[in-house]
Amino acid sequence: MAQTLTARVWREQPQRYRMIANKDKKSGKVYFPPRLVTPDDLNAEFEDVQLSGAGKIASWTVIRVAPAPFTDLSPYALAIIETEEGVNVTAQIADCDVENIKTGMPVKFEFRKIYEDNEASIIYYGYKAVIV
Amino acid sequence: MRDVAVVGIGITKFGELWEQSFRNLFVEAGKAAILDSGVEKIDSMYVGCMSSGLFVGQEHIGCLMADYLGVSPIPAVRVESACASGGVAFRQAFIEVASGMSDVVLAGGVEKMTDVDGAIATYALATAADAEYEGFQGVTFPGLYAMMARAHMDRYGTTSEMLAHVSVKNHDNGNLNPYAQFPVKITVDTVLNSVMVADPLHILDCSPVTDGAAAVIVTTVENAKKLGKPAIRIAGSGMATDSIALHSRDDMTTLNATKVAAEKAFAMANMTLKDIDFAEVHDCFTIAELIVLESLGVYAPGKAGEAAMAGETARSGSFPVNPSGGLKSKGHPVGATGIAQIVELVKQLRGEAENGRQLDNVKRGLAQNMGGSGGSATVHILEV
Repeated sequence: MAQTLTARVWREQPQRYRMIANKDKKSGKVYFPPRLVTPDDLNAEFEDVQLSGAGKIASWTVIRVAPAPFTDLSPYALAIIETEEGVNVTAQIADCDVENIKTGMPVKFEFRKIYEDNEASIIYYGYKAVIV
Repeated sequence: MRDVAVVGIGITKFGELWEQSFRNLFVEAGKAAILDSGVEKIDSMYVGCMSSGLFVGQEHIGCLMADYLGVSPIPAVRVESACASGGVAFRQAFIEVASGMSDVVLAGGVEKMTDVDGAIATYALATAADAEYEGFQGVTFPGLYAMMARAHMDRYGTTSEMLAHVSVKNHDNGNLNPYAQFPVKITVDTVLNSVMVADPLHILDCSPVTDGAAAVIVTTVENAKKLGKPAIRIAGSGMATDSIALHSRDDMTTLNATKVAAEKAFAMANMTLKDIDFAEVHDCFTIAELIVLESLGVYAPGKAGEAAMAGETARSGSFPVNPSGGLKSKGHPVGATGIAQIVELVKQLRGEAENGRQLDNVKRGLAQNMGGSGGSATVHILEV
């Protein structure tokens, strides 16, 4: 993989560290990551919303054949989480028994290390879900 | 728009081809297609390829392939739409001939996937997902389709056994395809007892990592009639897109880009599903074949699994699907797949399918190719 410079990482910090989403003022629909336009309105006005971190598992899998740079982590659980705000987010489920996950389980998001890129000397942080 | 046909086809053996280079694969397929068509020259070329940069460290491949196929200085462009790159290359060739801009266009596809190890190949494929919001979390393509499978199971009661039947059927077909990567018959038990890649998908629910190339020659129907080969007319072409991230879809159990692309292709062809005799569809994973057939309207939502178990999609069934062996058995060199599907349609419509794979009395076939978790899709309808 190409070496990543830090701008690409800190640019995403509001989303990865604090889960900042945005909401279309007119429809109330929440987008994560934030969007600049909606399919209905090129001039839509948005306001920032911080996701509460609460949600439930909409679908899930266990990754047993992992891509670089996640090979040391496998097997790990991965899910699409339906958040309290209605927007879906893909995330790993940390600290769980991968054999006992079920659709519908309530989860909350936590701030976690995602992986380390030794070549670029960058430690990536972001959100993972844990079962409540 | 002019009436357009396919007049030549070429395909390489699919597999782990360590002795074949990226460029030689494409040239072998391109040369075969040109010779098969009987055309003396081509005016332009499209090369479908998903990720030569990550797989072999090579970009600028329109130029490379035109050079090595000996057709410079014609225009040659790479088109990329992840695993739908081949389908899009074919559509661009169709549009260029239909518009009158060119008379003879080569549409090819190629991928050289085995020059990197498995983790890098998995990473390269995962770049077809949303890199910042799926890939960053450790998503893989088996993982995304596994989540679609889980949602389909939760909603409709689809079972792993139903999925296994798709794999068994496609291997039955691929067993008769001399170009297939895995021309071997398997059983439902073999699938269900194979190693888990991303629950609930076993390794035998997944298409393999493959090297290979395919090419076709597209020209006007009028020109085709002078060449002596049966003109296989492109009756309809459609392409559509959807969200790149699976999590952004309202419904994980349907593929809207496929649905819309099919509607466009049927409208152009002035046909309905009833007019279609068979299909090649994008079975990158067993669940994909089921959801694609439901999205095309062949089966009602949730019903494709039972149909697979009943043998309806087998060569002898009411609607044969993937007589080539599909991506599962034939192999899935991602950029080449969309063109390889067209090659199979042409073989079937000419009555040239090898080793007893030939379907009886087929006049019209449909090819559905898609990228990523379904974020882009093409549908083409060909008729003899």
